[in-house]
Amino acid sequence: MPNVTYIALIPLLPLAAFLILGIFGRKYFKNTSGIIATALLLISTLLAVYTAYGYFFEYGKVDGIYQKLIPLKYTWLQFSEGVSIDMGIIIDPISVMMLVVVTFISLMVHIYSLGYMKGDDRFPTYYAFLGLFTFSMLGLIISSNIFQIYIFWELVGVSSFLLIGYYYDKPSAVAACKKAFIVTRFADVGFLIGILILSFYSNTLDFNKLIERLTTPESNELKNAVAASFLGISALTWGLVLVFIGGAGKSAMFPLHIWLPDAMEGPTPVSALIHAATMVVAGVFLVARLFPVFSISSPNALSLVGYVGAISALIAAVIACTQTDIKRVLAYSTMSQIGYMMFALGVSKYGGEDGLGYTASMFHLFTHAIFKALLFLGAGAVIHYIHSNEMKDMGGLRKYLPITHITFLIACLAISGVPPFAGFFSKEEILLAAYQNNKTIYWVALITSGLTSFYMFRLYFSIFWGRTRPSSFKRDCDEVKGEGGFVMMLPLVLLAFGAATAGFIPFGHFISSDRITLENKFHLMFSISPVALGLTGIIIAMWMYKKENNKPEKFAAMSSGLYKAAYHKFYIDEIYIFITQKIIFNLIARPTAWFDKNIVDGMINATGEGTKEISEKIKTFQSGKIQQYAICFLVGLISLALLFIYVWK
Amino acid sequence: MNITLLILLPLLTAIVILLMQNATQVKWVSMMGATLQFVLAFVLLFSFYKERQLGNTSQMLFELKYNWFPSWNISFHFGVDGISVAMIMLTAFVVIAGVLVSWNVTKMTKEFYFLLILLSMGAYGFFISLDLFILFFFLEIAVIPKYLLIGIWGSGKKEYSANKLALMLMGGSALVLVGLLGVYFSASIHSFDLITLSLLHIPIQTQLICFPLLFVGFGVFTALFPFHTWVPDGHSSAPTAGSMFLAGISMKLGGYGCLRVATYIMPEGAKEYASIIILLSVIAILYGAFATMMQKDLKYINAYSSVSHCGFVILGIGMLTKTSIIGSVMQMVSHGLMTALFFAVIGMIYERTHTRQVSEMGGLLKRMPFISTVLFIVGLCSLGLPGLSGFIAEMTIFMGSWQHPDTFRRVATILACLSIVVTAVYILRAVTKISMGPLKDEFKNLTDATWNEKLAALILIAGILAIGVAPFWFNDLVSPGAEIIMQKISPITIGIK
Repeated sequence: MPNVTYIALIPLLPLAAFLILGIFGRKYFKNTSGIIATALLLISTLLAVYTAYGYFFEYGKVDGIYQKLIPLKYTWLQFSEGVSIDMGIIIDPISVMMLVVVTFISLMVHIYSLGYMKGDDRFPTYYAFLGLFTFSMLGLIISSNIFQIYIFWELVGVSSFLLIGYYYDKPSAVAACKKAFIVTRFADVGFLIGILILSFYSNTLDFNKLIERLTTPESNELKNAVAASFLGISALTWGLVLVFIGGAGKSAMFPLHIWLPDAMEGPTPVSALIHAATMVVAGVFLVARLFPVFSISSPNALSLVGYVGAISALIAAVIACTQTDIKRVLAYSTMSQIGYMMFALGVSKYGGEDGLGYTASMFHLFTHAIFKALLFLGAGAVIHYIHSNEMKDMGGLRKYLPITHITFLIACLAISGVPPFAGFFSKEEILLAAYQNNKTIYWVALITSGLTSFYMFRLYFSIFWGRTRPSSFKRDCDEVKGEGGFVMMLPLVLLAFGAATAGFIPFGHFISSDRITLENKFHLMFSISPVALGLTGIIIAMWMYKKENNKPEKFAAMSSGLYKAAYHKFYIDEIYIFITQKIIFNLIARPTAWFDKNIVDGMINATGEGTKEISEKIKTFQSGKIQQYAICFLVGLISLALLFIYVWK
Repeated sequence: MNITLLILLPLLTAIVILLMQNATQVKWVSMMGATLQFVLAFVLLFSFYKERQLGNTSQMLFELKYNWFPSWNISFHFGVDGISVAMIMLTAFVVIAGVLVSWNVTKMTKEFYFLLILLSMGAYGFFISLDLFILFFFLEIAVIPKYLLIGIWGSGKKEYSANKLALMLMGGSALVLVGLLGVYFSASIHSFDLITLSLLHIPIQTQLICFPLLFVGFGVFTALFPFHTWVPDGHSSAPTAGSMFLAGISMKLGGYGCLRVATYIMPEGAKEYASIIILLSVIAILYGAFATMMQKDLKYINAYSSVSHCGFVILGIGMLTKTSIIGSVMQMVSHGLMTALFFAVIGMIYERTHTRQVSEMGGLLKRMPFISTVLFIVGLCSLGLPGLSGFIAEMTIFMGSWQHPDTFRRVATILACLSIVVTAVYILRAVTKISMGPLKDEFKNLTDATWNEKLAALILIAGILAIGVAPFWFNDLVSPGAEIIMQKISPITIGIK
């Protein structure tokens, strides 16, 4: 194995961008900050690609198995013997794949933002935050220690918070960034407690040791972890489920998804990077990282992952059909697709052919990152042009935005699973894995894939077809901006190329649950039903939305109950507001504050007042009058005498 | 090095301040004194490391002992270990920042700075004393100036707050004194010497009585529930530097005392009362956090959040594992830096907007980018963002607490973990309301931080980052001290290993 410590540079260069632009950007790099950040990231991207090439084709494979390499490790904080947070780099198939995905998408977003954010007066800050995010995300991917991943997990959360709240004078953006942070934080408590449990039983925080100790059937650690139980569920399952809750929060899985649609308040390129392609798949990545423990030692926890994923996929797809804000449609679509990745892991087993779900999940993560980033960037171009997020302001834009139109169409075809675009291959694998292992999830997934193509093409036809609405055009800037110029179109074209071709990568050769090559098998007969369903969805969308008509309204009226519920996102937000406002604020926090002010402090004040009162009362004894003293003396003397004589004897 | 310099230098500075003619001279003298303290603290840190590297493994370094009252066995006995060095570093950081942010004090400047420096002397003396009588003496020195700082330079209902603070802290001191005397008279050798006492076996009956006296007595200083109510009132009435010293230094005297005095010399007592300590600390953590949610005044927010954060200090001590004790010391230092910074920022904001009501602010990021950024950093530190010191401290405490397999401590740890969400809620509500959102008209002409404010903030941020980014040095510093305390505590049901 060659010296690969240069991998540390991949996350450190974006960190450098963050520090340079964050500290000096406003003063010295007012206009050049974008170029600086992009250049640094370009180096990172090249290094990542170089690493991937070297790992997959040169030194990674030894005896047919891809090795887990740890080229760098440094003890950061020692808790007790054997338990320490190590800052390290782990190089294995999934981390290398993610390195390429994150750097590449981030680079596309950096380039795109050069055009999209041009003229913004906080340009350096924007790029600084992007740098911080990219650093944290890359750090998360290469973490070799479960606590290290938690650290970067939190950092990713805070950079997401900063970027969602980038337009900080908009109250809705402020509310959204708070919501995103707090909801994911809530999930992170689960993650933290999960780490505590797992580290307690495995007596380590290191991923490799932890996985080894908790998957070897004869190890004492595993025996203890399984033997200990709480509410009839073993400690190991509790630990894994809690870790998964953390992942579900970040990956916007039901019912912790409520922050994701609101997160669309951030600048659109940010949504493409963070809330579509990279950060939100962190939960999937986390489960994949601990996959051997899930599948070998706690199948129950894994099936929970599967069901949560399937429910999220379906619910999000239904909601996406009714939303009118194009970014929100995409947000729900993201949630739905991540649900696919989750349940693909959930139905997978460890090793060999049965590990198809694992490969499929990672494959879908890969293709989804490309086409979803493309969709968001395309939506960004539309929003940039028309200055609105609402579908009702759009229509007929294919004439004005030809490149965006074509690339968007490719992305829609890819996400709908139309062959030969990328999504087709990854989705087929997922469906196949589900079909082999869990029929319920398979049917849910099949319905969802039909819904997916319907809402995606609903979006596509509403934006690019139908009647143009000149009223909503800002004529004065059209001529100047057009499609946003080369810097905005280049990423679209590159990503569209990826969305069209990435499916042909033989993914199983590189990534599989046991890191041994898995041959891709293509099942023509099996693919017929999902593709047919996908095409049906497209046709229905075309029939309803290609030309303006009243069919959507009629349809909505027909299924009024369901439509209304879906339109209001099944009232999940309202439930949360009820819990936080009514229960936590009014029933816990307010009484606590009252109790503190009146009871606890009241007691202290009462002590003070009481002392004063008593001294007021007894100060009259010291009157200075001899007669009074004499009487007191006499009375005292007599009572003492009586006391001694009669009581004490 | 001679560690009595840490006492002599502030004393000298205080005397020179009294001799100065005008405010400018006073300020510069104090600034010079604070800078020298800062340098001295670093010299101490480095010579400490050097001694350790040279292989000096004795428990206390730079020990000095002068007999003072031989018939009672009282002596000036000074010495430091890693824990004291950490606390001394904290004090130096807070003092220099406190002097810097008080640059605009015009009312009785001389007396103000005199008291600040005097307070710092008390703190240094407390942290280096190994004789409990002397330690108590310095504890009292650190209380009196606070009464005056709040009573004279305070705002709002300052007389009430000053009285409350002084009386409650005096009450705490009284408990401490009784406890100390109890230990003194029941030990087989009548001595106030910490090291001597730690080697003796204090009778268990004495421990059962004196441990709670000492622990609660010191606990009052560190906002032990239910003796925390001086904190919100005291902080909100105190001038900026007063709040910084109060939260950054004084509250830490209590935590240090609980650990170094109560737990160290009476380990059986600590074990006996561990459950109650844990219970009270978890109440403080959650109760403080929930109470913070309803506060509207920025200083109250930080004061209640201090109650919550100091609960972690107590929790770490109550859990009685090496890791949790290290975490507890980390939390003291981290909270000291962070809360001092928070009060400094609140002071800066108040000086400009003339309000501390969160609801009356908005959009300050636009006019005051520096101050708002600092506010963000301190808020993120408070809610435990990795890379900043609060995270390290809390995680160490959680990891330490989780080493106990019993359900009670597990539940306590989980409840304490939940506080990180509540903290996020109140911190984000306040911070986003203040700095984000539309800018209010009346704030259109505000100016950003001045040089002294910037310097103060940067010094404290440097401290926060030094622990947050590279915790290993801090861990190495504190860990031998914690080890020695733990050696006395025979392994109570720790771990399954």
